[in-house]
Amino acid sequence: MSKAKISVSNLKLWYGNNEALHGIDVEFQAKKVTALIGPSGCGKSTLLRCLNRMNDRIVGCRVDGNVLLDGNDIYAPDVDVVELRTNVGMVFQKPNPFPKSIYENIVYAPQIHGMVDKTGMDELVETSLRKASIWDEVKDKLHEPGTALSGGQQQRLCIARTIAVKPDVILMDEPCSALDPIATAKIEELIDELKSEYTIIMVTHNMQQAARVSDHTAFFYMGDLIEFGNTSDIFTKPQQQQTEDYITGRFG
Amino acid sequence: MQQHTMKRFDEELDTLRELILAMGGLVERAVGNAVKSMVEQNEKLAKKTIKRDRAINALEVQCDEIIRDILVRRQPAAGDLRFIMGVNKLVTDIERMGDLAIGIAKGTIYSLENPPRVFSNLDIMGEKVLRQVDRALEAFSRGDTELAMTVIEKDDGIDSLYKRMYREMLTYMMEDPHSISSSIILSNVAKNLERISDHATNIAEMVIYIEQGHDIRHVDHEAAARILAGEEPEDD
Amino acid sequence: MSSPSNLKRRYRADKRFKLYGIAAIAFSLCFLTFFFVDIIGKAIPAFEQAYIQVPVTYNEALKSNYNKAIPKAYRRLVSKAFLRTLPQKLEAHPELLGTTQPEWALANHRVDQFLKQHEGHGLKKKYRSKVEQLYQEDKIEFRFNANFFSRGDSKMAENAGVLAAVMGSVLVLLITILVAVPIGVMTAIYLEEFAPDNKFTQAIEVNINNLAAIPSILYGLLGLAIFINVMGVPRSSALAGGLTLALMTLPVIIISTRAALRSVPQSIRDAAYGLGASNLQVVMHHVLPLAFPGILTGSIIGLAQAMGETAPLLIVGMMAYIPEAPSSILNAATVLPAQVYTWSSESMRAFEERTAAGILVLLVVLLSLNALAVYLRKRFEVRW
Repeated sequence: MSKAKISVSNLKLWYGNNEALHGIDVEFQAKKVTALIGPSGCGKSTLLRCLNRMNDRIVGCRVDGNVLLDGNDIYAPDVDVVELRTNVGMVFQKPNPFPKSIYENIVYAPQIHGMVDKTGMDELVETSLRKASIWDEVKDKLHEPGTALSGGQQQRLCIARTIAVKPDVILMDEPCSALDPIATAKIEELIDELKSEYTIIMVTHNMQQAARVSDHTAFFYMGDLIEFGNTSDIFTKPQQQQTEDYITGRFG
Repeated sequence: MQQHTMKRFDEELDTLRELILAMGGLVERAVGNAVKSMVEQNEKLAKKTIKRDRAINALEVQCDEIIRDILVRRQPAAGDLRFIMGVNKLVTDIERMGDLAIGIAKGTIYSLENPPRVFSNLDIMGEKVLRQVDRALEAFSRGDTELAMTVIEKDDGIDSLYKRMYREMLTYMMEDPHSISSSIILSNVAKNLERISDHATNIAEMVIYIEQGHDIRHVDHEAAARILAGEEPEDD
Repeated sequence: MSSPSNLKRRYRADKRFKLYGIAAIAFSLCFLTFFFVDIIGKAIPAFEQAYIQVPVTYNEALKSNYNKAIPKAYRRLVSKAFLRTLPQKLEAHPELLGTTQPEWALANHRVDQFLKQHEGHGLKKKYRSKVEQLYQEDKIEFRFNANFFSRGDSKMAENAGVLAAVMGSVLVLLITILVAVPIGVMTAIYLEEFAPDNKFTQAIEVNINNLAAIPSILYGLLGLAIFINVMGVPRSSALAGGLTLALMTLPVIIISTRAALRSVPQSIRDAAYGLGASNLQVVMHHVLPLAFPGILTGSIIGLAQAMGETAPLLIVGMMAYIPEAPSSILNAATVLPAQVYTWSSESMRAFEERTAAGILVLLVVLLSLNALAVYLRKRFEVRW
């Protein structure tokens, strides 16, 4: 077993008085893809958003427990959320490029964080787009709006934008749910390439997708982590009846 | 176990299970009749057994179609996936058992020219092998891993029965060169029976895989028992 | 399965509903057309004004009594507005002293109305033949009424113009923009993007929504009490009016700005937060630029509403007789709608057409403001 990049212990989360996560313990391995699966409202997206503190902005949301990134508690008072989010990037369900040019989309975050000077920008744009396997498609139209791209290209642009701030971890919240199968396949191939450099944690409703791209799979139900294990084990011989029922389509 | 949300899937799985049991029933009868035809030197029964194999083959083709259909349409996972994979192998085992029964029936026909004087323990062996087949199919239909384990354990007994018969036949051949052809036929029949038991063992192993997800093929009994008891298999 | 008869009935119901809609639109279009035809019809004559050619004698006498500059027969026909400029003219050009020049003079409003054949022109019978004769001799002609746009209000109808009111409106509007837009937009941004969601902010929200529905005259009372009585802003001044209208426009701007901010998709905010942008950066770099067209439109529509408002300005004393365009925001001023109201209550026939023309000017300004709003929205709208 390689070492844990993110280690979550006894994580509880409340929305107002409603406890949405009931003490989650899980470790996400470095440079692996972990898929979080489970029915809607099971807490998988909530957990994902805990990992870069996107839940901070939700009114009445309270978190208890530890989330250690490389051994440091990300909920410690001295942690800067801005810095955390440059280490833990996020890609969303709906492709959401800024309504600006492709180039501006990439350089926006490095600029606000003061990460590169003007001369380094072009290079950064190219490497980011190359890593997101979209360079060849957009290299001639870097100054056209990112919103004019197709859905799949937009999503890869969003991944490139996330990569541009050089994170260690990339969180993906159902990154392919709005895409057609071909665009989905491209994103999945991209995820497979990215895992040599990044720790990827993704939420998906598509179990075949979890089976295809992930190394580990975690099954959530009603705010509990029911089962965590190697993806091939989870999909051939899950230990828990609930997991079995869910992935064989016997749920509810 | 709960029903699938997709009811059609449940129906397909049930159909598949029934077809396999039907196939198993046919094979059981074929093996029984084949051994009986040999012991009783009954040509008619032997020919009938050979003819009936077509039904088994037809069922195998039907099972394969359903399996293919389920794989394409349902993309089975977990227990369903193990079931389909197990059944896919198990169908071949059953069909092979049918072929081996034909082999025995053909042996009966060859042996009619020069009937063996003694059949040794053939009837007992036949009965034991039949019980193995029966247990294996029962284990499959009930998902009974203990019964499956019994089948695996009993296979050694069949092996030694075969070895004994083989040695016996060798002695006959040495004693009386006239009995060579009938002894060869008989030892082939015993060999077929032994292989039918092997296939029954395969079925039992598949049952364990289907039910528990452990692959206990090609490991010895104690290791298999340890795996089933939930201990980690030793690597060597 | 629905029977064919049922299907037919449903289609008939659809058709009927459509007809009701068309009828309603046609009805309101009729009113609008009537309104425009009436106003424009009445306003058009106001853009023409009669001028009379009169022999002006420059002598010492006109310095003390300008009536003496022209023959007696003309005195009732020429506007005093023309005559009273003569002494200054003589002073500026002393070489004219002792000469008699034929000059084109602004005709009296009665002459003007008589020649336009308007009922109630008020021209006495004894002058009528003389006027008709002069008109035949081409000594009276109609020219474009430039005075209407270059003069302030006047008791002499022929000399009354909208300039002072337009200038007043411009000043008032400027003050309203400068006060209401920044405060309104900032309030909306704070409430929408930064404020915690608690009882206090909820109370503020409810109050803002209620304020938008309060009768505008109450804002006038508020303006009178605070700006004039407490803060000592001069009565009738553009400042007092502008501040009062700013108060009235604030809720509208806040509400429309919040709606514009809310229409920025959450996904864009998520994207920016996900990249580690701070709250302020998210608002400044992403939300505000995307909401900008909406904010602009909302503000312009709010300002157009303020521009057409009269009631609160009555209270702060902007319904005044203002012959001169205000030179500063502290001078007494009036606004277009107030001017229209003042004229509409004048008895002289010539003011009727000027009232219509004033309304037309006001409408043109308002429609241009709305057109500007539409244009800006289209221009800055970002699609995603």
